[in-house]
Amino acid sequence: MDKYSHDVIVIGGGAAGLRAAIEAASKSPKLSVAIVSKVYPMRSHTVSAEGGAAAAIKPDDNFDLHAYDTIKGSDFLADQDAVELFVRLAPREIIRLEHWGCPWNRDQEGKIDVRWFGGMSVKRTIHAADKTGFYLLHTLFQTSLKYDNIVRYDEYFVTSIIVENNRFCGITALSLRDGAFHFLKGKAAIIATGGAGQIYKFTTNGAINTGDGMALAYRIGVPLKDMEFVQFHPTCLPGSGILISEAARGEGGYLLNNKYERFLKNYVPTKMELGPRDIISRAIVNEIRLGNGFKGKHGDYVALDLRHLGEEKIEEKLPQIRELAKTFVGIDPVNELIPVRPGQHYFMGGVHVDLNTSTPVAGLFAAGEASCVSINGANRLGSNSLPECLVFGAISGEHAAKFAIEHDYCNVAYENIQIEEKRIFDQLLKKESGIAPAEIKYKLKETMEEKVGILRNEKELLEACREVEKLKEMFKNVSAGDKTMIFNTDIVEILELDFMLDVAEAVAYSALYRKESRGAHYRTDYPERNDKEYLAHTLVYKTREKPQIDYLPVKITKWQPAERKY
Amino acid sequence: MPETTFIIKRYNPEKGVFYTSEYKVPYESDTTILSGLIYIKDYLDRTLSFRYSCRMASCGSCGMVVNKKPTLVCRTLIESVKKPIYIEPLYNFPIIKDLVVDIDIFLDKLKFVKSYIIREKEEDLDKEYIVKPEQLDLIKHSSSCINCMLCYAACPVFGSDEEFIGPAALAILYRYLHDPRDQAKSERIKIASLKNSAYMCSMVGQCTVVCPKGVDPSFHIQRLKVISTLNNLFS
Ligand SMILES: Cc1cc2nc3c(=O)[nH]c(=O)nc-3n(C[C@H](O)[C@H](O)[C@H](O)COP(=O)(O)OP(=O)(O)OC[C@H]3O[C@@H](n4cnc5c(N)ncnc54)[C@H](O)[C@@H]3O)c2cc1C
Ligand code: FES
Repeated sequence: MDKYSHDVIVIGGGAAGLRAAIEAASKSPKLSVAIVSKVYPMRSHTVSAEGGAAAAIKPDDNFDLHAYDTIKGSDFLADQDAVELFVRLAPREIIRLEHWGCPWNRDQEGKIDVRWFGGMSVKRTIHAADKTGFYLLHTLFQTSLKYDNIVRYDEYFVTSIIVENNRFCGITALSLRDGAFHFLKGKAAIIATGGAGQIYKFTTNGAINTGDGMALAYRIGVPLKDMEFVQFHPTCLPGSGILISEAARGEGGYLLNNKYERFLKNYVPTKMELGPRDIISRAIVNEIRLGNGFKGKHGDYVALDLRHLGEEKIEEKLPQIRELAKTFVGIDPVNELIPVRPGQHYFMGGVHVDLNTSTPVAGLFAAGEASCVSINGANRLGSNSLPECLVFGAISGEHAAKFAIEHDYCNVAYENIQIEEKRIFDQLLKKESGIAPAEIKYKLKETMEEKVGILRNEKELLEACREVEKLKEMFKNVSAGDKTMIFNTDIVEILELDFMLDVAEAVAYSALYRKESRGAHYRTDYPERNDKEYLAHTLVYKTREKPQIDYLPVKITKWQPAERKY
Repeated sequence: MPETTFIIKRYNPEKGVFYTSEYKVPYESDTTILSGLIYIKDYLDRTLSFRYSCRMASCGSCGMVVNKKPTLVCRTLIESVKKPIYIEPLYNFPIIKDLVVDIDIFLDKLKFVKSYIIREKEEDLDKEYIVKPEQLDLIKHSSSCINCMLCYAACPVFGSDEEFIGPAALAILYRYLHDPRDQAKSERIKIASLKNSAYMCSMVGQCTVVCPKGVDPSFHIQRLKVISTLNNLFS
């Protein structure tokens, strides 16, 4: 075992992690900042974000408007002080990215262009064609190369966070390249590990989105917040789950049922295709239940119609959508309908942090999709996540740097590190025989999809909690089928599955206890929102037995909860 | 369901030996080669290592050589290629294990071409730069690189001399050179003029052929040659 030391350790190299690292590194060239990522940073799933990033940068827009849209979209569960901070800082971050070279689309005058997005009352989504995440991530990554005090640990898989006396001390990581186990000592750390879409069967997320950081925090006693709020995006390609961005509707696309009707007139008449995602996803499920879906080999679907936009506009504004549809379903949207159905997309919940992105553990921060500040409440508006990663990534970098300047390293009991090393090498790797991770993984995905999906009820949620418990039991018998050390992706999958099980547990239990419907959490047995009892964030804690649930009041500044109508 | 054979070139780093493995993979009309590999990993052989993540041709992880052609396997349907399917790791890079290669050398090159905006001073954050759509068009293709490394695997020049900066990094150099916000033109032209830079390219053009994102490194490199030459003539 060897050790390396850094003032700030950033776990994750997506939008939030890179922005955090740059902020921390620019505070002082004397600070050593590590980015530890299980994939090369430019492979992070931020790269797949398509539609854009929202910020009030235009004269017809203002902070209060962006804040209110976000709060209403959140079904009044967002913390309003967090939202106010977010909308104020988002424009600066967009301009900063512009200064770093991000090729945002321009209007004829050469100013940054904006497009419509769901739930927004003005055009405020800044974009780079329909590959916004790709441009944003590569801009951040390439800019990070400028900083000599950023040290990268590419393809290092973080297995645990070491905490003593409620103070962050370091992390343990497996270097995939050589199979070496390392302890990285740090004064402060930022969890920026992204979402956990892989716990669902049908998801827009990449294979690496296994909720590692959420589970890492949960295991050291940090509560996860609002985990029951899982966003299902209305328009994903059947079969693969590949996302067809909301930008397609922002640019004027229609959703049609098998009668070729724009059925959203019956659900969100004032917003139509630009309604919020939770409502549109439920509308699609309902249309399919009514028998109004098209039949397909991967199940029923509805259609996204872009034909009236014309080839020129599609090429200019939605080139990737066209490429994806052609490649993955053999359809050219210029003259055909795209088959779509809702799929898991985003976690509103995550590691519980305050406005400074601090977790309850001293020196440990979290930002991006892995965290929950919360600005997204019960339903995120499309294009609010990328700016959230930038705004709170920057805040976390600043506060982690400050913490590192003001504190020293803490002393670590090396037994704790050895316990972790033994867990990986003796319990998982060297164990003679056992079950394969795939067996558990697919059962888990199936369970979450069927029982903790778009429509939920007590009976199924209870079954899901039991099923996850059972799968956790089964996991004890998993062993690695590959016993070698160098680039062993089998062991990676096993460690990820272990994290996924913890996250699934947190989601299922949080959903079971919230006996109301709000935003993306829809209970058929409690179809109404219940502000009297549940205008509060769920906090879920890991215990030796069942997870423990607690609630935290929502912070309201100036917008009183009202009925959410579009 | 029809079935086909995947023949995979393997490398066991602990023993230092190459070998091949064959697997029977069921597929449908929309099954990608990546899905086939995941099927093998899940159900047939857990020792097989390969990289992937986004499965939508954006993260650049899944570059391999399929039937002798550098390919992103997530965007390639089994149905569309000759069978049995012969899969090898990307050419021209050191192999870590099986289909996983070491691309660190590219990351050094990326840093070497200074892949970031350089300005005398950063503007205030309340001011955006004016960039006309036609100026943006100039860097539209060169800024679309996903770093998948297919072009390096296809480049015979890089294959014979790894000092060559290579197609992707030179496309990115071109991209920053043409960014109206950048103020380091002469520094960048100097990099373009180096011995291991644009001039080293012998115009085989395979980089452009294999690029899954419509980047045209071959064109960008020829432009860099012209720019360097003109600059040398007039300075
Ligand atoms: C298809 C798609 C399209 C989207 N489009 C939009 C959009 O248009 N607008 C918008 O605002 N939002 C969009 N979103 C949401 C948004 O892209 C994400 O929420 C955001 O990019 C998350 O960024 P992140 O930095 O938090 O995490 P990620 O980009 O997922 O990065 C996570 C990082 O953590 C690292 N990591 C994870 N676990 C470990 C571990 N155990 N050890 C070491 N490293 C680890 C990974 O390697 C990676 O570098 C979209 C999401 C998807 C899936
Ligand atoms: S898996 Fe991301 S490019 Fe193929």
